[in-house]
Amino acid sequence: MVAVPTPTESADPENGDLARGTTLTIHDLSHHFQLHGQPLRVLDRISFRVGRGEFVALLGPSGCGKSTLLRLVAGLDFPSTGSLLTDGKPVEGPNPSRVVVFQDPTLYPWRTVWGNVALGPEARGLLHTHRERIKDALRLVGLEGFANAYPHQLSGGMSQRAALARALVNDPMLLILDEPLGQLDSLTRITMQSELVSLWQRAGFTALLVTHDVEEALFLAGRVIVLSERPAHIKAEILNALPYPRHRGDPHLVELRHEVFSHLGLDANW
Amino acid sequence: MAFGSLARSAARSLIGGLSAAAAWSAAAALTALWPDRPESDWAYTSDFAVICGALAVALALAAFAGVRFAVLQRLQRLSPWLLALALFLAAWEAVTAKLGMLPLPFFPPPQAIVEVVIDDWERLAAGIFASARLLASGYFLGAAAGFAIGVAIGWSRLAGYWIHPVLRFIGPLPATAWLPLAFFVFPSSFSASIFLIALATGFPVTVLTWSGVAGVSSTYYDVARTLGANQRFLVLKVAIPAAMPHVFVGLFMGLGNSFAVLVVAEMLGVKAGLGWYLQWAQGWAAYANMYAALLIMAFLCSGLITLLFRLRDRLLAWQRGLVRW
Repeated sequence: MVAVPTPTESADPENGDLARGTTLTIHDLSHHFQLHGQPLRVLDRISFRVGRGEFVALLGPSGCGKSTLLRLVAGLDFPSTGSLLTDGKPVEGPNPSRVVVFQDPTLYPWRTVWGNVALGPEARGLLHTHRERIKDALRLVGLEGFANAYPHQLSGGMSQRAALARALVNDPMLLILDEPLGQLDSLTRITMQSELVSLWQRAGFTALLVTHDVEEALFLAGRVIVLSERPAHIKAEILNALPYPRHRGDPHLVELRHEVFSHLGLDANW
Repeated sequence: MAFGSLARSAARSLIGGLSAAAAWSAAAALTALWPDRPESDWAYTSDFAVICGALAVALALAAFAGVRFAVLQRLQRLSPWLLALALFLAAWEAVTAKLGMLPLPFFPPPQAIVEVVIDDWERLAAGIFASARLLASGYFLGAAAGFAIGVAIGWSRLAGYWIHPVLRFIGPLPATAWLPLAFFVFPSSFSASIFLIALATGFPVTVLTWSGVAGVSSTYYDVARTLGANQRFLVLKVAIPAAMPHVFVGLFMGLGNSFAVLVVAEMLGVKAGLGWYLQWAQGWAAYANMYAALLIMAFLCSGLITLLFRLRDRLLAWQRGLVRW
């Protein structure tokens, strides 16, 4: 398995269990863009903490600034004010221990599936030692037969799997998922959700998922953070202690869903 | 059903091949049996007839072999063209050597061109070699420089600031406008011509490489950066591969430009090459030589473009819907 830690790697000084993910602490984070010379406030004093190996979903209406928050966590942009810490250290730029799976698969069309998955090891000069891992990652997402295919030959679901393998091959400590299943058809989506859960359980990374799909958030995450419209601030935090594997029809999920909808101001329909 | 369609395609290939062969034998017969006009002295009339006849025999053989070997049935696609070509040559032969309807020396018969190729091949070969050397030097220099400059402008703001105005000001100037200057600044007309060809090639390559690099989706960079890529990786493994489709458009346009400048430079400065041969032949009113040189140039230029497209098809196999050549 690609992401299962070897004993030396999993050394977690605190509890030594399988969870090898990082912690994420966001403190009083605000961010704005310059739009036509005017500051556009996107994030408004956001604070939360994600524990080691936790699966947290950020839920909010589209355009509320969720993706911006993820870019900040990934180190692709820097916040206007406030701080972001992973394992107690400030985020100072992109780092392969925090890998993003984007909304679009964004595979490089000029590389084969194998070449795309090999991107991270290659960028860090580790290609020669990571060949077996790349193979494992492809097997993990069920694409071992498509190593030599080009992205234009893949379906949407397969592309997103390849993007997932490209992230997992780096053994991320924090997997940042930016609506990774948003563009898939509903059947593929349901399958991929279950696969995501089992991957997360096996690998033990910390997962931060952005989505606007309430059911997806509740099915996957142990905690759902509900964001307001732009500028986003935290409206509610909903703990979902339901054990995995979960069932979509579980009455507790239905209850939680109602609670989430009420936070989003949509409870009239339920 | 499958057998029927197989037999039908074999039959069609046979009929197509044989009609092309018949057309070439007709051209051969017309050339050999119909005497040239009495006052003309075309030395290679019979040779031209033999060439047409040999082609007819080869086509007939290929057509019969095609019944057994399916590979040869692909020639069937060419049959209509081969037939039309034979008819064209026969008509040309008739109105020039046989009937004398077109004025000489401007419209020589086909055997005159055969004569040039056979008698003057040394000079033609020397011309091809000289042109190829000049074109290759200029084109590769220009393409390499254009590519490097294009990547620099597309990637670095500083390079863009300094190079872009120069490019905007000088780039649109036709390379041939530099000709008078180049011929006295450079030590030899050969080096001057290399410079001009490189200039003509370099401009489109630069602009298209630049637009290719500048147009790379920023999410490609985001992906690589989160995976631990440094600047070097972003340029070499992300920006350049993503820009390659544009680069090839630039290389294609540059190749066309380089042909034009090559011929002009050879006509005006370098006393060698096919362009010079054209000019020289025209000076002597040797129109058959001119047509021969033109034909050879057409083959070579088309061949080079084909080569470039083949290279592109290999390198950009990941793209869908490439323009066919």
